[in-house]
Amino acid sequence: MISYIIKRAMQSVVVLLAVGLVAFGMFRFVGDPIDNMLGQERTDADVERLRELLGLNDPFIVQYWDFLTGAIQGDMGVSFRQGRPALDIILERLPATLELATVSAVFAMVMGILLGIYTAINRKGFVTTTILTTSLIGVSLPTFLIGILLIYIFAVELGWLPSFGRGDVVDFGWWTTGLTSWGGIKSLILPAITLGLYQMTLIMRLVRSEMSEILRQDYIRFARARGLTEKTINFRHAVKNTLIPVITVAGLQIGSIIAFSIITETVFQWPGVGLLFIDSVQFVDIPVMASYLMLISVMFVGINFIVDMLYLAIDPRLRDGKEG
Amino acid sequence: MLKKISMSTMAILLASTSFAAAETVNWARAGDSLTMDPHAQNEGSTHTLAHQIYEPLLIRDMTGKIVPALATEWGPSKDNPNVWSFKLREGVKFHDGADFDSEDVVFSFERAMTPDSDMKELLSSIKAVRTNGKYGFEIETKGPNPIMPSNLTNLFILDKGWAEANKTVKVQDFEGGEETFASRNANGTGPYVLVSRAPDSKTELKAFDNYWGKGEFPLHITKINYTPIKNAATRVAALLSGEVDFVQDVPVQDLSRVDSDPKLKVIKAPQNRVIFLGLNQGDADLSTDNVEGKNPFADVRVRKAMRMAINRDAIMKVVMRGQSIPAGVAMPPFVNGWTKELDMVPAADIAAAKAMMAEAGYGDGFSATLHCPNDRYINDEAICQAVVGMFAQIGITVNLDAKPKAQHFPQITNLTTDFYMLGWGVPTYDSEYIFNFLVHTKGDKRGSWNASRFSNADIDAKIVSLASETDLDKRNATIADIWKTVQDEVLYLPIHHQVLNWGMAEKIDTVVDPEDQAKFKYFKLK
Amino acid sequence: MDMLKRAMESDLYWSFRQSPVAMASAAVALSLILASIFAPLIAPYNPFDPASLNLMNGFSSPMEPNQFTQDVFWFGSDDQGRDVLSTILYGMRISLFVGFAAVLFAMIIGVVLGLISAYVGGRTDAFIMRIADIQLTFPSILVAMLIFGIAKGFTPVHLRDQMAIWVLIVSIGLSDWVQFARVVRGAALVEKKKEYVEAATLVGRGPVAVIFLHILPNVLSPVLVIATISLALAIIAEATLSFLGVGAPPTEPSLGTLIRIGQGFLFSGEWWILFFPAVTLLLLALSVNLLGDWLRDALNPKLDD
Repeated sequence: MISYIIKRAMQSVVVLLAVGLVAFGMFRFVGDPIDNMLGQERTDADVERLRELLGLNDPFIVQYWDFLTGAIQGDMGVSFRQGRPALDIILERLPATLELATVSAVFAMVMGILLGIYTAINRKGFVTTTILTTSLIGVSLPTFLIGILLIYIFAVELGWLPSFGRGDVVDFGWWTTGLTSWGGIKSLILPAITLGLYQMTLIMRLVRSEMSEILRQDYIRFARARGLTEKTINFRHAVKNTLIPVITVAGLQIGSIIAFSIITETVFQWPGVGLLFIDSVQFVDIPVMASYLMLISVMFVGINFIVDMLYLAIDPRLRDGKEG
Repeated sequence: MLKKISMSTMAILLASTSFAAAETVNWARAGDSLTMDPHAQNEGSTHTLAHQIYEPLLIRDMTGKIVPALATEWGPSKDNPNVWSFKLREGVKFHDGADFDSEDVVFSFERAMTPDSDMKELLSSIKAVRTNGKYGFEIETKGPNPIMPSNLTNLFILDKGWAEANKTVKVQDFEGGEETFASRNANGTGPYVLVSRAPDSKTELKAFDNYWGKGEFPLHITKINYTPIKNAATRVAALLSGEVDFVQDVPVQDLSRVDSDPKLKVIKAPQNRVIFLGLNQGDADLSTDNVEGKNPFADVRVRKAMRMAINRDAIMKVVMRGQSIPAGVAMPPFVNGWTKELDMVPAADIAAAKAMMAEAGYGDGFSATLHCPNDRYINDEAICQAVVGMFAQIGITVNLDAKPKAQHFPQITNLTTDFYMLGWGVPTYDSEYIFNFLVHTKGDKRGSWNASRFSNADIDAKIVSLASETDLDKRNATIADIWKTVQDEVLYLPIHHQVLNWGMAEKIDTVVDPEDQAKFKYFKLK
Repeated sequence: MDMLKRAMESDLYWSFRQSPVAMASAAVALSLILASIFAPLIAPYNPFDPASLNLMNGFSSPMEPNQFTQDVFWFGSDDQGRDVLSTILYGMRISLFVGFAAVLFAMIIGVVLGLISAYVGGRTDAFIMRIADIQLTFPSILVAMLIFGIAKGFTPVHLRDQMAIWVLIVSIGLSDWVQFARVVRGAALVEKKKEYVEAATLVGRGPVAVIFLHILPNVLSPVLVIATISLALAIIAEATLSFLGVGAPPTEPSLGTLIRIGQGFLFSGEWWILFFPAVTLLLLALSVNLLGDWLRDALNPKLDD
């Protein structure tokens, strides 16, 4: 079991090193950093001095090592666009994205599981057909279009909800939240739905197929034969067994939600890291792009690791050191 | 938080019948200010934000009239026409509490005259600046400069002590991608204090408690939230839903929708800004075209053909929906030197343009890349797209490269574009300003925005002479002379003069500033 | 083997005839694809030829004569005077081209790596699957944007418009190969143990021949399912990237670019500039998605109920 944990941890480190290599490659090879730092009046001597200063004359592996040690200490370079440490800018914007991602993940989970169970139990019927059809249309419409439509209906035509931004935000210095005020909560609704809709559909379909599968299995038939009520069968047995794979998949989807927030944040002018990333792609602001990449991968790898550890806790076969 | 309301504001509030509950104005436009360093970029949106925080010696009010700001009186000295003397306002405080005096003015002028400054062209006629007592200030020019005051309306004054303490004496090198304390922080004497700023996201301002102008200006607005919203639809949606109270750039297609909303209104006025295209006509060869060893733009016949190919009327009618004035010269009608004849719009004539292309040896056309901003001027990208189609009709295949202004402008100032869109406002209302930036050979003191690579020693000498020519008739004759060359040489391809469309909540009471500079201290709330 | 294939096909065909949804979506998808292939023949105008545009035609309402030129456009015209119907046909061409090419690209990489992984096994297998894991950690849209961002740093400005399409294909394709690799590997591992493969190896067939002649044909049906679903995803990904401004340029717009442009006229009453491209995109993605769904159920009867 310990060896399994160590193996998984090692893999995570290898993944991070690989991502670090990509991020470093961006620094080193995309655009000339000298070009970005010196104006048009530079002389050859200036260029050479700066190359030496930045260590650009060192061997590749030494530069990569310097980059990695810098990154571990939180030094991801200075944004070309804003001239501040890239990591500071990212951390400043991160709460907005995490808050949005969390709310949409909760929305996707709750609605996805509920609708999934409903459509699994009621195989046929008008409501089920409607839900399934709508969900397919939802998957076939790009996120940005859904966002635009929601803005048009709820912000402009009906005037119920804000169309952009976070509304009233409370700043705790290290964290900002819009959840403490009604205005902030209202601002969250449309972006959270836009962002969560796709994951909701995925979870719903997963729950539906898992649960349909389980409902056909022998022990459920046996339970039914024992004379347990449908309600008990559905909720005590089937739902419980459906949720384990669903939760692990949903855990992995959190990563996706954070990445897809790029689109939602653009449509709703949500001041999070996604919007920052889009801007930095437009400006070819490599340090910010690289920091975003590193941060997201640390989060993804972390989530993956936790999910694996959860599997370990749930699945006893793994505890003996065997992989499933 | 206790709201402090000054006596005068209180009086106005009591006098008005409807009590204005909201003192916060949520302000949005497409692009953000490029930097907080007031000398680093001579650019409209940057100056607009700076005007709330910093102040010049003299300022144009919302109707364009020059009125006192940090200077109360000014004029050329009686004994020496080469010296302008200013009497400075007493009792003015900077936001950090420091006192304002002539040392700060000298410091700010000298700072704005350094090579990194983008304001240096406005001060090119200055020989020296000096204090004259604690509240006196003098500018010595190389020769008499009759229009000195109009060069100073965007020249903001910083606190010397603050700049020294924070190591921002040197102007931020914006094109070089530099960042300094002053580019992120601000300490002015203006009506509003910078509370927080996240570039491209949100800037918060609040009323300055110790502002000298209390009682003199309405100052109804006590808090300003400035949010750049690049996406036009989102910007309009925000205005329509009431989340934003003031938008300087309502897309022309949405004007009627905004105006028909009972909670909103649109006010329009011609802007002191002309939109045109610039061409690299100086280099022997271009890197962005498909013609080897030759520069097609260097041939004046090609430039004339291109001028004829642009259907300005169609751009006005369709792209701008009538909200523009087609232009024949790269100079707004507000400017001294403008004549109807110069601004005659060349008729679009594809056949004649084609013939001229053939005459120049480009009958089969050529290809080039047009650089265009997409968040600066009204419908900038759509205009560029429209001219791409028009140039295609005379055989010029144009690749369009549209990007945010923060990337677009350095291409012009760093000479990394051969074909570009630019808009020019003229805060001095005088042709000299245009010549200094756009016609004079690019150099240390002048010509910083002249990416046409046009260089003519004779014209340069004439431009320099304008600064010290006291005989106004003679000066105007020189101006007309320079314009003739500019037009004959087709230095620029004018498109139109912009019309401003300010959309705002019904409660806001203001006039449109012809330079698109919203100065919130003048705004009233109903 | 041939018999088996034929049987599968006839099964498929039977199930296809049984499903009105599948037939309807196939009809829609096919007509959209044909329409875009033959766009130069059926489109009334060529919107990609800037010289043919007349700006005065801008903002014509559908079916109504233009106020200046009196020209009539079935679906109206956009802000540049382009016929919306023609831009949709040409734009769909780009969207579908990017979609098919990206899926093909992903499929080739995925199938080849998956087969190698399964057949060679050992360290090679572990290495390839680790890369797949890493790749899977990053959502497609992020990978695509990173590739786009990096490519932008490399490409000279005047080539960017031409490059944009290829960058789209590579970035969407690269973010999508893992699905193929995993499924092919799984199916191939099963096939590898079967007798006919062992027999083929015994009669002296080389590994390449065994992989491509014997294993590959037998893993094609899951590949087909994934390819169909990937196509819908790729079309949406292309639209999304173009919407974010990192895709097809406005002078040669794809459906996503058209929607981005049309979005600017959401409030001004010119609904057709947004509506028609959006509906086309929806029809295209929905019909392909439904086909994929049906295909998965038809080829995997276990989940069918």
